[in-house]
Amino acid sequence: MENRGIDFGYGFLSQESSFDVQFSLIEYDGSHSYFRAYLVGLLNTILVSVIGIIFATIIGVIVGIARLSSNYLIKNTAAFYVEFFRNIPLLLQIFFWYFAALRALPLPQDTESIMGVFYLTIKGLFIPAFIWENFNIFLYSIIAAVVSIVVIKNYARRKQENEGKQIPVFLISIGLLLILPLLSFLIGGVSLSFEIPVLKKLAKTSYIYEGGVGIPPELIALTLALSLYTATFIAECVRAGIQGVGKGQKEAAASIGLNPNQILKLVVMPQALRIIIPPTTNQYLNLTKNSSLAAAIAYPDLVLVFAGTALMQTGKAIEIVSITMLTYLSLSLSISVLMNWYNKKIAIKEK
Amino acid sequence: MNNINFLKPDKSNLNLFLILGLSLVFISIFDVFLSSFFKINATGFLPTSISFLLPLIIGFIGLHFIRIEYSGIRRLDEINKNFNNNNFNAVLSLLIIFIIIKSIPPVLSWTVIDANISGNSKEACTGDGACWTYIKVWLRRFIYGLYPNEEQWRINLSFISLLALGSVGYFATEKFKKYLTLYYVVIYPIIAFLFIFFFISGGPVFFDFSYGIIASVVAIIIGFFVPNKFKLYYFCFVPLAVYLSLNLFILPEEYVELGKLDGLNWVETGAWGGLALTFIVSFFCLIFCFPVGMALALGRRSELPFIKYTSVVFIEFWRGVPLITVLFMSSVMFPMFLPEDFFLDKLVRVIIAISLFEAAYVAEVIRGGLQALPRGQYDAAKSLGMGYWKMHIFVILPQALKLVIPGIANTFLALVKDTPLILVVGLLEIAGMLQMAKTNPKWLGYSMEGYVFAAVVFWIICYAMSKYSYNLEEKYKTER
Repeated sequence: MENRGIDFGYGFLSQESSFDVQFSLIEYDGSHSYFRAYLVGLLNTILVSVIGIIFATIIGVIVGIARLSSNYLIKNTAAFYVEFFRNIPLLLQIFFWYFAALRALPLPQDTESIMGVFYLTIKGLFIPAFIWENFNIFLYSIIAAVVSIVVIKNYARRKQENEGKQIPVFLISIGLLLILPLLSFLIGGVSLSFEIPVLKKLAKTSYIYEGGVGIPPELIALTLALSLYTATFIAECVRAGIQGVGKGQKEAAASIGLNPNQILKLVVMPQALRIIIPPTTNQYLNLTKNSSLAAAIAYPDLVLVFAGTALMQTGKAIEIVSITMLTYLSLSLSISVLMNWYNKKIAIKEK
Repeated sequence: MNNINFLKPDKSNLNLFLILGLSLVFISIFDVFLSSFFKINATGFLPTSISFLLPLIIGFIGLHFIRIEYSGIRRLDEINKNFNNNNFNAVLSLLIIFIIIKSIPPVLSWTVIDANISGNSKEACTGDGACWTYIKVWLRRFIYGLYPNEEQWRINLSFISLLALGSVGYFATEKFKKYLTLYYVVIYPIIAFLFIFFFISGGPVFFDFSYGIIASVVAIIIGFFVPNKFKLYYFCFVPLAVYLSLNLFILPEEYVELGKLDGLNWVETGAWGGLALTFIVSFFCLIFCFPVGMALALGRRSELPFIKYTSVVFIEFWRGVPLITVLFMSSVMFPMFLPEDFFLDKLVRVIIAISLFEAAYVAEVIRGGLQALPRGQYDAAKSLGMGYWKMHIFVILPQALKLVIPGIANTFLALVKDTPLILVVGLLEIAGMLQMAKTNPKWLGYSMEGYVFAAVVFWIICYAMSKYSYNLEEKYKTER
């Protein structure tokens, strides 16, 4: 390495980065350090992974259950969806959404609003921004609600174990989650207003939205592609999990007089989850790693900002690539630690 | 909802309800059909929101009327069982039917009716539909990349001959079948490499043919004196070994010019591309990642701590990082660690990177299979006096691999689907060629057609592979 004139060191992280990033969650411009640029990329990666995981889980569970439906049409539509999206490379799907589907959207000045406040344009989705007053009181009320739900849940479990009485925990929890924040609005002085995006003319043919939150098309394309693609795998995991629960279990549950809802909630799902969780964890990991494909459509994630632009500017290949890989490794590890903890919680407890 | 029994049909008024219900369902479907195929809104006189939902409501009522248990009519019972067993399913069925009917006209008109395929330039595309002319004109590039037009027969020829060599397995007699694994694991990859390296790239054949022929003839003659037991191994291995060792070690450099295949131009890997490159990369990665993965899986279960923990660290590292950073590393960082005068082609580096990456996944899949085998199999093999290798090759691995065919198929599919990523290091396989064609100033604005084309190509490859894996699963199923 020496004879190639490469000096090794992480000192460059505090230097001024002098490049701009299109989309960042924290304040950032060219005068900030490379470390700040790294944080911007990391946060963008985490953002797209978290949104993608949430959507993929929702779609995946619905499609997985739909594949077991007794309705011929629903079953086959779900199967078609899985076969179709699973067999096309993710990169192509991202390109398709970004370069073909989203490019067909109208220009900002031609678009019509959705419900008066949302604007879907070729420049992205514009939604109203929340403007909070006394946001921390609202936050405390939610925390209080969550804490009291946990307390009530424990109390209900003890009551059921000792006296055999059931308390409608679910209804109470929903009530608490609604009522406490509502109280904070009425009494605590919290108020929420919206800043609706407004179309503004910059030049003759150039328009821009002002106010509100703009979600860039790169993020939309990436989220769509990631969640639709990963959902097919999660759907298969869910299907395998539910099929893995023995038929006898359902029959036994039905024979002691549980209704279909209770069978699903109390008997099938707890056992199916044990089969579903480990492979689904893998899919979450894959989704997080696949979010690095963002670089291909110029969504400023970790790979593009740090392993791309910063590397190009500093030439510190070894340091930057090692940091990037370590970051992904630790992201993967933290997801699997989290999921393993959950897995251990729902695993069969043997004496 | 099921306990509301008013207007619930039964066997006594079966025919009346059947006529009423079926006609309502047909009216609703007909209405959607009219509005989507002929743009006629039959219920246009009603307010828009009601007119929009009317087919759904009418259809739902119709389906409710014909939901008769055990009507005695087989077709009707089938429909009720599959599409109409409760209110929720009825609504979903109707919605899906409507969506399918609604989406047929736009898809059909885009892909077929309004589409263009004639002509050779952008001007030929006048319709609103897809411009298949674009695909037609660029097809050669999508398949062969930037490979020179007049040399493309070389790619065709190598792939056809490789396919022919690959299908040897089907025609091998029972006696030779047991050596097939050896052929597929060792010899076939070498032949494939030679074909691709010498033929597609037009690279130098390092040795003078006469030397090679003499050496091979000598090797074959010696072969006749080898004991029968090893004869096949000998014939499989030795001539090839002679050939390779002559190539790589013995002959001096002046033979390089001498032995160059006559009339073949050198085509550097930068010019390879398109579907051909997709196949080359997938093919070599598939071949290499499997043995490496198997070794890692065995390593992870080894009793020697050094081997065990090296495998664990290797597997966890490669599984923890995204492939795209591995590719970056192979293109940016890896050349820095190489000695000054040592040159490794970018394509080779990428193939190594993808193979190692996928090997980590293959290793975990195979480990799953190894763990699933009962201890008795190991004990039985040991009690017969088998050593480590014999036990694994003849008893453990065949069973373990059979168990994990679906998992391996998944990994291989993932590998094929990952090949477009090599475009981030500048190798233009089919997705890369699409990106390039899209930015061509003469053909701006046809990205949709390109992606649909590539999606269809990949879908066919992947679907064929997954069907093949189901076949294998059936074939090697031993339980009844």
